[in-house]
Amino acid sequence: MRLRLRYTKLGRVRFIGQRDVARAWERALRRAGVPVAYSEGFSPRPRLGFGLALPTGGESLSEYVDVHLDPSSSYLAAGDAAPLGALLAPFLPQGIEVTAAVGIEGPVGSLQEEITSCSWLLSVEGLDPSTLQVAVHEAMSAADLPVTRERKGRLHEDDIRPSIRSLSMLPGPADVAGGSWGASGTVVAADLATRPRGVRPSELVAALATVAGADGVGLARVCRTRQWIEGDGARREPLAEPGHRDGDVTERTLERVP
Amino acid sequence: MESLWPRIEPLLARVTKPARYVGGELGARCPDHHPDRVAWLLVYPDTYEIGLPNQGLQILYEILNERPDAFAERSYAPWVDMEAAMRQAGVPLFSLENFAPAGEFDVMAFNLSAELVYTNVLNLIDLAGVPVHAAERAADDPLVVVGGHGAFNPEPLADVIDAAVLGDGEEVVGEITETVAAWRRGEVTVPGADPRSRETVLRALAMVPGVYVPWCYEAEYAAGPPLPGAGAGVARLVGTRPRFPETPERVEKRTIADLGAWPYPKEQLVPLIEVVHDRLNVEVFRGCTRGCRFCQAGMVTRPVRERPAAQVRTMVAAGLARTGYDEVALTSLSTADYSGIEETVTGVMDDPACGRVSVSLPSLRVDAFTVGTAAQIQRARRTGLTFAPEGGTWRMRQVINKLITEADLYAAVEAAFSQGWRKVKLYFLTGLPTETDEDTLGIVTLAAKCVEIGRRYHSAPTVTASVGGFVPKPHTPFQWFGQNTVEELTRKVNLLRDASRGIRGLTLRWHDPRASAAEGLVSRGDRRIGAVIERVWRAGGTFQEWSECFDLDRWLAALEAEGLSLDDTVHRHRTEDEALPWDHLSAGLHRDFLYQDWRDALAEVGLEDCRWTPCYDCGACTGYGVEHVVASAVPPAGGSQGTGQDLASGGAVPVRFLEVRGAAPAGAGTGR
Repeated sequence: MRLRLRYTKLGRVRFIGQRDVARAWERALRRAGVPVAYSEGFSPRPRLGFGLALPTGGESLSEYVDVHLDPSSSYLAAGDAAPLGALLAPFLPQGIEVTAAVGIEGPVGSLQEEITSCSWLLSVEGLDPSTLQVAVHEAMSAADLPVTRERKGRLHEDDIRPSIRSLSMLPGPADVAGGSWGASGTVVAADLATRPRGVRPSELVAALATVAGADGVGLARVCRTRQWIEGDGARREPLAEPGHRDGDVTERTLERVP
Repeated sequence: MESLWPRIEPLLARVTKPARYVGGELGARCPDHHPDRVAWLLVYPDTYEIGLPNQGLQILYEILNERPDAFAERSYAPWVDMEAAMRQAGVPLFSLENFAPAGEFDVMAFNLSAELVYTNVLNLIDLAGVPVHAAERAADDPLVVVGGHGAFNPEPLADVIDAAVLGDGEEVVGEITETVAAWRRGEVTVPGADPRSRETVLRALAMVPGVYVPWCYEAEYAAGPPLPGAGAGVARLVGTRPRFPETPERVEKRTIADLGAWPYPKEQLVPLIEVVHDRLNVEVFRGCTRGCRFCQAGMVTRPVRERPAAQVRTMVAAGLARTGYDEVALTSLSTADYSGIEETVTGVMDDPACGRVSVSLPSLRVDAFTVGTAAQIQRARRTGLTFAPEGGTWRMRQVINKLITEADLYAAVEAAFSQGWRKVKLYFLTGLPTETDEDTLGIVTLAAKCVEIGRRYHSAPTVTASVGGFVPKPHTPFQWFGQNTVEELTRKVNLLRDASRGIRGLTLRWHDPRASAAEGLVSRGDRRIGAVIERVWRAGGTFQEWSECFDLDRWLAALEAEGLSLDDTVHRHRTEDEALPWDHLSAGLHRDFLYQDWRDALAEVGLEDCRWTPCYDCGACTGYGVEHVVASAVPPAGGSQGTGQDLASGGAVPVRFLEVRGAAPAGAGTGR
């Protein structure tokens, strides 16, 4: 039995890295008395599975964790995982809030395996909106978008264009969790594939700077709004927020883009 | 106070480990600021990861925040990248609770845990926008106070700090708060000074027991007769004397009589990022009477005061439930000496309220019995075990009074390897008084024998011998010893490297002898060393505890510029009648006790643990009217307990029971 939780990472807690988020979850689950399964072996660890790591400093409306439950416990026998958000709330750091929970039985792939793309909001600094608008159009109509990356201590040139599913500039700050987001820069919405090799938001911004031929371009802030599982010509979220199926930040704001 | 957060946040995208600067720990307070309350900023002058777990800082943080007349926030040294970003953006040092500017607090209190952090203290005061020299501070600048073990010789910082606090801080922070509050209200008067002036509060603080105000004392120097090993004409300290009639001639350290009355921290901070000692920590006793002659901690924290076992269990169970940690460390200078350690750890392990927990004993005693206890409690994660024989030969260990026999060590190591551990780490010191090359090489002989023992149980056991260069510390019997030179320590390290080459399974690690030289300079330094520290800081020498930042050449250049030398300040043996820079500061130890112990060391005579043998009158108990608080009337079972004694008749040692504040739980509170 697995417990799949969707949660946010907003505000100051965005500065902690993925490993530390995992440790915060371990402590919170222990304090809440959730019977977590442990790995076998010399140094047993709680069995938690996370999705694709968020860059440190990045915010999110759609993080996920799969909590493997101790098979000997009858936790969730009643079947309803929804109250878990309220149960865990006092034990999680400020800014991490459970927005949906479900029990999963049977062979469902891990989050790492299933996620194929993510929706992002990027607040770009150092480019005026009109230049950025042109760069977005040029990037989308380009045949390839080479970026230089370091892998195993060596520099490689990769084409990230195939991994950019959609890219558009918003007319103003976005609305994230009921607040104005990204006002210090110009906000861009992007859907980026995670495979075969994912694109980092910072790499996309570097590519836009290259297209615009500008220096001093930076990513002031980044927020992952959705993670997607694609298949059979459709896409779905690993776990949608109840009552928010139509409230997708990215899609709603995208509509306003000319 | 204004929040600097809007100016801090944009810097965080550009620095490594930004979570160091955002606070938000479980247990962090967000105190309301009120002008009538004394504002304390508790500063640890090293990185967040090193400083956050510091128990002393956390204890004072809670005690101050519980007071109606005070509040406390925290700050740690920003790493060099963040410091550069802050200076460029004009952002001063800030607190992690309200992101308030450090310069607006009434007190900036630093923890001095190691000598090489002193340049960071200067840097942080400067980053706060506060004058680095105490004499240049105005009445509304913060008072700069230091505590911790370094405060037992704060002379190298005499021109920088306003006050140093000696000993346990639990009670004295309240008295400092009251003095500062009364001064702010204009209610403090001292002869011949304006009540609102800084002089008034300094002279008032100097009358609080345990508080040393360097400005109230004059250090006198004279170009006395040349001392052995020193050149002619070098200025010599004659003595350090009070400048005002009301100032005490000698400052005595503070000691809390009963640890059970101070069950802190009650709400240990749980950081959002990984730090050192990242687990629940419960202090089981304070003080140590093993009497290791090199150990400043053991000397200055006497007497032994145990926490009642029932309180330990309550603090562990409540702490685990509150924090969600799955590991607890029972901390002290030698936890295996805690009375009823076995009952305490099995109680924790078997308590359903504690859940799946592992208990760690950070300072193991060297004997098989201790390993047995460790085996019982470290049911999982049995990776490595550490012992500290410190000296390579029995002769050397008698000199330093670490009375562990070879049989003790081999039995401990055998117990470890036979019970599943594959890695054993051994701590040693080199450059000790009277050390010969035979003693030095004894380190490799011991370690090699331990590898051999390991082979009986595992195909590839590893033994790591970790060797530190000995730095003499104030208030210890070795305070008169001339520290080995960098060349001599390097030669000894090379001897060890040659001898250990080719021994499969033995790894040798050593502390940089150049860092030991700088530590030695500060450790026993007088007021003249302050100018050296300032020069090193001004030349960019921060984070000197970090090998990537340390550079001895900066220290040597600063020494030369001040007309001083390592030969005179570090490598020279002190004489019996010589004035020491900390003579006017007392850790409770009689100088003649220390000097006798130094003579005993040179005569290779060991001294037994006074918890279970008659008193040597070191001064720590008698001087303050406090006593050892030890629950067990007999030494713990097994081996020689590191005392080198035959303990078969342990029950006969003279110990009498002592009521602890009339409220001790059954089984606790005995002493002599």
